[in-house]
Amino acid sequence: MEAEIVYIALAALFGIFMAWGIGANDVANAMATSVGSRALTIKQAILVAAVFEFLGAVLAGGEVTSTIRKGIVDAELLTGSPELLVYGMLASLLAAATWLLVASRMGWPVSTTHSIVGAIVGFAAVGIGVDAVQWGKVGTIVMSWVVSPVTAGFIAFLIYLSVQRLILQQDDPLTRAKRYVPVYIFLAAFTITLVTILKGLTHVGLNLGLRDSYILAVGIALGIALVGAVAIRRIQPDRKAEKSQHFYTVERVFGVLMIVTACGMAFAHGSNDVANAIGPLAAVIGIAQTGTIAATSALPTWVLVLGGGGIVIGLATYGRHVIATVGEKITQLTPSRGFAAELAAATTIVIASGTGIPISTTHTLVGAVLGVGMARGIEAIDLRVVGRILVSWVVTIPAGAFLSIVFFFIFKNVLP
Amino acid sequence: MANMLANIFGSSPVIPLEKHIDIAYRCAKQLRGFFAASIGGDWDTAITVRNEIERLEHEADDLKKEIRLHLPKSLFMPVPREDLLELLVVQDKIANRTKDVSGIVLGRKMQIPAAIAEQFLDFVDRNVDAAKQARKSVRELDELFTSGFRGAEVDLVSALIEELDQIETDTDDKQALLRAALFDIEASLNPVDAVFMYQVIELTGEIADMAERVGRRLELLLSH
Repeated sequence: MEAEIVYIALAALFGIFMAWGIGANDVANAMATSVGSRALTIKQAILVAAVFEFLGAVLAGGEVTSTIRKGIVDAELLTGSPELLVYGMLASLLAAATWLLVASRMGWPVSTTHSIVGAIVGFAAVGIGVDAVQWGKVGTIVMSWVVSPVTAGFIAFLIYLSVQRLILQQDDPLTRAKRYVPVYIFLAAFTITLVTILKGLTHVGLNLGLRDSYILAVGIALGIALVGAVAIRRIQPDRKAEKSQHFYTVERVFGVLMIVTACGMAFAHGSNDVANAIGPLAAVIGIAQTGTIAATSALPTWVLVLGGGGIVIGLATYGRHVIATVGEKITQLTPSRGFAAELAAATTIVIASGTGIPISTTHTLVGAVLGVGMARGIEAIDLRVVGRILVSWVVTIPAGAFLSIVFFFIFKNVLP
Repeated sequence: MANMLANIFGSSPVIPLEKHIDIAYRCAKQLRGFFAASIGGDWDTAITVRNEIERLEHEADDLKKEIRLHLPKSLFMPVPREDLLELLVVQDKIANRTKDVSGIVLGRKMQIPAAIAEQFLDFVDRNVDAAKQARKSVRELDELFTSGFRGAEVDLVSALIEELDQIETDTDDKQALLRAALFDIEASLNPVDAVFMYQVIELTGEIADMAERVGRRLELLLSH
């Protein structure tokens, strides 16, 4: 009994630390877009992020958590020695957290998701045996790391192309924006709500039929679009800041839309990234409580709450500074462009979350921004970033794996 | 901290380019005061104005270097980087010509002959107008980027460039008339002064030429 409490306490400690790190660094990328385009102030962004990260984590974080918890390591092999999995998950958490800390100190761009997946694969392959890794599933995950930015980029490209055709290239962009933006709001709210209902909510015990799901999603989206339409109606052109095409006011109309996509982005981020912190924690708790691995005990909701809470604390303590810094650097992403990137990224991420695939939210968002750029939406894109993403891949996964192997053997010898 | 999202964005040349044409125009605009003072024989004022011209020309030069520095080859932009650099070069030449012409006039303490003084000032005005119209056109650059160089905004800029062309044609006509007027009185002038007078007219006229080339460069961007 003694040992179990130590395990859970350690796992919770590392898990909260990891969640804090995610809140401090990763959330900034999801929210900075909205701050940089001045659709939200920093305070509003933090409020939105806190609420929707938490909701995303609790309502839709279950699938990815379950993948991290039992999708990567083949638990069948460990029925005789469940403590190995406990050591391994503790080692993975500590490895990923340590690596993230070191990397952000050194200024290297890293992905939380890649660190934790690399760490789990590392301890399993070396500490237990190559057969302990479910390579098929890992292969799917790695493939999705390529597919997700590309998909987000493609969606963003199409969305921004439609914005250009329908609004920005017309004679009366302002009238057009006021007409079409509520439609975009509906689409954004509908997509994210629907995927969440269909794929995520089962984990919190809500199980609607297909038809009811659609009706609920349409209802929620209509409500949000209506509120948005009212807000848009009240926007008047600012004569002083204006040139003939009214783009300044057009961007303010898109600002309303961007508040919606920012919520969606925070939700999506919470739903996918909370697992990086609490997936291993959930595994440890499951084993510690039942003493076996095979137990199919459901994920306790309080674990999701813990993860969501940790992210919010990270956001409030440190993330706000990162949001401000990043926001200042991405002012080229005006609301008309930023929303396209956010909506594309959020949709891609929420679908991945629903399917239980851990992806990098940052890479997905970068892909979406590049997509807007391909539609001639961004004044200057520095293509060197693509190279940096590849480098961060090559470095992050082995680093996470190596550290977790070291910690695994330490834990194995030190812990009871 | 290296943030991947922040690093995607290179520094945009758009607002700096608009700022640069603004400086170039303000530089060219000084020629009105400069020639008014020199014709009136008020060389103290002319020197003050000339200092201002030099200051603005330097400012434009510095900004030009800055913009170039921030346009590495790794940038991906909706329009070719080379075209933007070319635009920058011709914008800069508006300020350069202004500095050249005021330098010659001040250096030789040149007196514009009274017989053509009024006509000359009118010619200078029209050249400054051309620079102003170039500024107005380039100021649409951010809106052009927003609209992805298509649609209504392109028509708007095309109209501005057309107007710029008309102003430039106008300066050409005025230049021809001015040269004819100078020819009529050149026998009464010191031959060296006469030669330099032709040169001053030529250089002043190049301000409108450069403004027109700004329009041509902008037009090239529209066709992408």
